[in-house]
Amino acid sequence: MLGPVVAGLWGTLLPAFGHLPAAGLTGPSLDPFRDLFDWAGLPRAVMLSLSTGLLATAISLAIVVLVTAGWSGTRPFRALERMLSPLLSVPHAAAAFGLAFLIAPSGWLSRLMSPGITGWDRPPDLLIVQDTLGLTMTAGLIIKEVPFLLLITLAALGQSDAQRSVTIAQALGYGRVTGWLKTVFPRVYAQIRPPVYVVLAYSMSVVDVAVILGPNTPPPLSVQIVKWMSDPDLAMRLEGAAGALLQLGLVVGALIFWRMGEVVVAGLGRRWIARGNRGRFDPIVARGALFAGAASALIVLLGLVVLAIWSFAGFWGFPDAFPDQFTLRNWMRFGPGTLEALGETALIACTVASVALILTIGCLEAEYRYGLSFSQRAVWLIYLPLLIPQTAFLPGLQTLMLSVGADVGRLPVMLAHLVFVLPYVFLSLADPFRAWDTRMGTIATALRASPDGVLWRVRLPMLLRPILTALAVGLAVSVGQYLPTLLIGGGRVATLTTEAVALASGGDRRAIAVYGLMQTGAALVPFALALLLPALVWRNRRGLRHG
Amino acid sequence: MDKGLSLKDVRISKGGVPLLSITHDINPGEVLTVMGPSGVGKSTLLAFITGTLAPDFRAKGEVWLDGNNITHAAPHKRRVGILFQDDLLFPHLSVGANLAFGLQPGGNAAERLTKIEEALDEVGLSGFAVRDPATLSGGQKARVALMRMLLSEPCGLLLDEPFSRLDAALRAQVREMVFDRAKARALPVLMVTHDADDAQAAGGEIVTLGG
Repeated sequence: MLGPVVAGLWGTLLPAFGHLPAAGLTGPSLDPFRDLFDWAGLPRAVMLSLSTGLLATAISLAIVVLVTAGWSGTRPFRALERMLSPLLSVPHAAAAFGLAFLIAPSGWLSRLMSPGITGWDRPPDLLIVQDTLGLTMTAGLIIKEVPFLLLITLAALGQSDAQRSVTIAQALGYGRVTGWLKTVFPRVYAQIRPPVYVVLAYSMSVVDVAVILGPNTPPPLSVQIVKWMSDPDLAMRLEGAAGALLQLGLVVGALIFWRMGEVVVAGLGRRWIARGNRGRFDPIVARGALFAGAASALIVLLGLVVLAIWSFAGFWGFPDAFPDQFTLRNWMRFGPGTLEALGETALIACTVASVALILTIGCLEAEYRYGLSFSQRAVWLIYLPLLIPQTAFLPGLQTLMLSVGADVGRLPVMLAHLVFVLPYVFLSLADPFRAWDTRMGTIATALRASPDGVLWRVRLPMLLRPILTALAVGLAVSVGQYLPTLLIGGGRVATLTTEAVALASGGDRRAIAVYGLMQTGAALVPFALALLLPALVWRNRRGLRHG
Repeated sequence: MDKGLSLKDVRISKGGVPLLSITHDINPGEVLTVMGPSGVGKSTLLAFITGTLAPDFRAKGEVWLDGNNITHAAPHKRRVGILFQDDLLFPHLSVGANLAFGLQPGGNAAERLTKIEEALDEVGLSGFAVRDPATLSGGQKARVALMRMLLSEPCGLLLDEPFSRLDAALRAQVREMVFDRAKARALPVLMVTHDADDAQAAGGEIVTLGG
């Protein structure tokens, strides 16, 4: 899967130095960079990219770590976990729209409080959504990254014997949070480091959330790159490519900065441990973190609720808390369009997720049969496509495809999706697949079942639940892809996500709501099925009910 | 070459460090017990015989079963049955389907069903075919695992601490049943254990590794 990434970077590199034969330009020249640095919005765009990325990553990581430290194993934690895990599959765009509909000056929160509490009888003239500092955009990223990091952390916790360490720390008089941070966190962080880096790279270069929640003048760098790349004037692509390289540099720089931060935090942490503080403020910290975690889950949920309300809303004047009447008209009007987009989305997602699943099972089974093992370095290789910002290599891939005359369309889009879907499917299935008791295989082999027989008749049926979950993860990732669909599809492949994001600038809340809900459904339904199917198929098999 | 299981100058090492070496012939119906503390490589020896040795081990020597050199045969063609301390019934299959998995192909559905019923009758589990293995007691599971293995018509039998999860009363009963069946079918048996009672009950030669 590194092929497309490398090709894409190459395709970015050439035009960035003025080489684009398709537009009759040959390099090398530094003009694209000169144009880029002449753009007045650049410092702002760069700052936005850095601040939203670093802030969103740091805050969501802090929430997840402190909530886990303060509450893991308790009932509130399990409740929060249950609330957050389905939210993982809510597409970024839908969550972002939900947030916008909640907190905009004319959003639901303002309506609920007006005019009673605020005294407003018209939406206040405040720039909340698309604020110039990108704070709303940061919030939109946080509410989506918290469930992701929490699930990753839980997976890491399972392998780190955390409970006993905390018990010992508590016996030595440490508070819950302090004890956890001092004993468990270093182990857990070592395991969740790759996904944390993915969150950082993603948050710095995200496009769909930035289009919906980010500032406009100037927009974050990633959005501007897409604008340049979509410009009818081919020459603008040179500037776009230069921007993409700058974006790549920024992400690499931020990752190095984060790594240095880790070293500093580790040093401070060692000193903190040596001082022996028992954690006087633990209860406050723990409660604050739980509140933040719950709030983040609640915002996504309320966002979906307000999307649902808008999708059925007739006339809804400010500051009424609810629409005058509920109607099916919006669904009748946008339904056919969404169904068409749903078909395209489903076709792409099902194909890509299935291919990714087959490749993953093939890899893991080969690893088992031939006794291969992946090193820590190979794990980083799997993460690499997720660490290189999409905006850095997708434009290049698009340019490259144009210059070799390859047709844009569905198949290339599927390939581009596969680059992002495969790592997630692999990461989701690898642990349960490897955790399978290989003595089952030995027994089946001793019963004279062939290697394929063992795979099909024993291993895959026993792993039905994690396999379906991995498939659902793949589907959700594909459904949520915006940039690959837009750029590689050349604007001709219309999925629910591209259609929904395209509606952002228009501001038709009813249309957005219908598309956003359909998009959420497309990602959520497979997860529900992944839970439901094994429970049905194995309803008479107690040994498989948990696992 | 005569019947039985023969280990000819088998030497297993890990990372260049010799782990164990053994040469032995086990005649049909006889039991060889290999004893020794944990970590000495008892299970590794069994993995070598079943053909599932982990790649970080190196093995020399040959394994012969009923006159065939199976040292390099594909694991599923060796006809070596194995029982572990856990019953390892396939959790997704009913008791009957577990037995059907072991039963060699051939015969129509009715004949196969009869064979499975007979196998269950033999160990006092008549009518258990439709049960979920997870609902069985430890002793019942052990009996199903034994019959599943026997239905695959192995030419030799390996036992990997097979009775250590059973409580004392059941233990003797299951043990007797396994050894009786093996003797009745004239199977050479190789058992690894760290339990002196098991070794005693087996009644055959005892080899002690390491220690």
